Amino acid sequence: MTRPTIATVWLDGCSGCHMSLLDMDERLLDVLALADLVYSPLVDAKDYPLDVDVVLVEGAVSTNEDLEKIKKIRARSKVLVSLGDCAVTSNVPGMRNPFDGQGEPGDRNALPLYVRAYIDNVTDNPRIPGTGLPVHLPQSIPVHKVVPVDVLLPGCPPSADLIFETIMALLEGRHPEIASARFGK
Amino acid sequence: MTVHTLQIDGIECAATASQSLLDVARENGIGIPTLCQLDGLCNVGSCRLCVVEVAGSNKLLPSCTTKVAPDMVVTTSNERLDAYRRTIVEMMFVERNHVCAVCVANNNCELQNQAAELGLTHFDLPLVNPRLSVDASHERFAIDHNRCIMCTRCVRVCDEVEGAHTWDVMGRGIEARVVTDLGTPWGESTTCTGCGKCVQVCPTGALFEKGRPVASTKAARPFMPYLKAHEETHS
Repeated sequence: MTRPTIATVWLDGCSGCHMSLLDMDERLLDVLALADLVYSPLVDAKDYPLDVDVVLVEGAVSTNEDLEKIKKIRARSKVLVSLGDCAVTSNVPGMRNPFDGQGEPGDRNALPLYVRAYIDNVTDNPRIPGTGLPVHLPQSIPVHKVVPVDVLLPGCPPSADLIFETIMALLEGRHPEIASARFGK
Repeated sequence: MTVHTLQIDGIECAATASQSLLDVARENGIGIPTLCQLDGLCNVGSCRLCVVEVAGSNKLLPSCTTKVAPDMVVTTSNERLDAYRRTIVEMMFVERNHVCAVCVANNNCELQNQAAELGLTHFDLPLVNPRLSVDASHERFAIDHNRCIMCTRCVRVCDEVEGAHTWDVMGRGIEARVVTDLGTPWGESTTCTGCGKCVQVCPTGALFEKGRPVASTKAARPFMPYLKAHEETHS
């Protein structure tokens, strides 16, 4: 029998949820005794593998790159967990949302976000930065508004205990006991 | 003094005719979630979180403003009521821009607590993302409309307790906002006494003392129990 696989993904977030994941400390060994970590900012895999059993997604969907990634991740994963407030509500990345909404995706010069950030509030050489960067979507979107999500774990960040319980429960085929999860800290 | 008997969640309760369902429930150890209600202020039933089922009525009634009646049979909690309450709290979240991570009231917020109590883990309703202002023109306090849930506690405490009536409500529906002095900046208010009661009663981080970092407000309402006692001895 092949070992179960887990992955973690970092979209538009501060990586605080990944810090909280690392706060599981020695319990990381308990997780890795049951499953292989096949994709994560913490490991070196470049492309998201096929047939991942459990994936934890940190961060909101904010750019065309995020959007492409999350669709691929959903297609290649069995259980998808929205990890933390940015993935669940768009949280801090979503604070730009009131300033957006008019722009066409793909046209960076038309995004009110960029005009506000790089032109309106800049005195020294105001200009919208060049090519090669992912283009922001008109809004930062919670993950479950883009693809179906199986488990929603709010928190900024969710505690290491809650993350551990979520991973272990899903690996053991239980429903995670996460009733104590809440928005914010 | 007329005494009525009624049944709340199967418990036989005795109450005086002037009491609200919420008061009687609490006296009998039955908790009903509330947000706009605060002991010592008049009840307006605006948040609708405390709605209950009363046998014989096809409407849900806010328990804070519904007086007891003889032989009422009241249900304070079931799947239907919890679903409504969750939706109410969800609507409060999506209607403005609540970002717990950067809020002075983080971890000490009645809206956050209600979401946790009711098991609200995410929003299915679309986020409105309105562009709202912050009025920091007052010397000591500020209001961030992104975090206001229109409970009107500030309006009531300013009118009923401080007697200044600086705060009021302007606009209708989703456009409604609390305003100072008919919509002039707070710092230019000629009626505000700077007492800070509005800040103390705010259930979220909408009203706050300037200079406070994230997650730093404390629920400090030492004056409210005294006011309540005063009200009881003088009524």
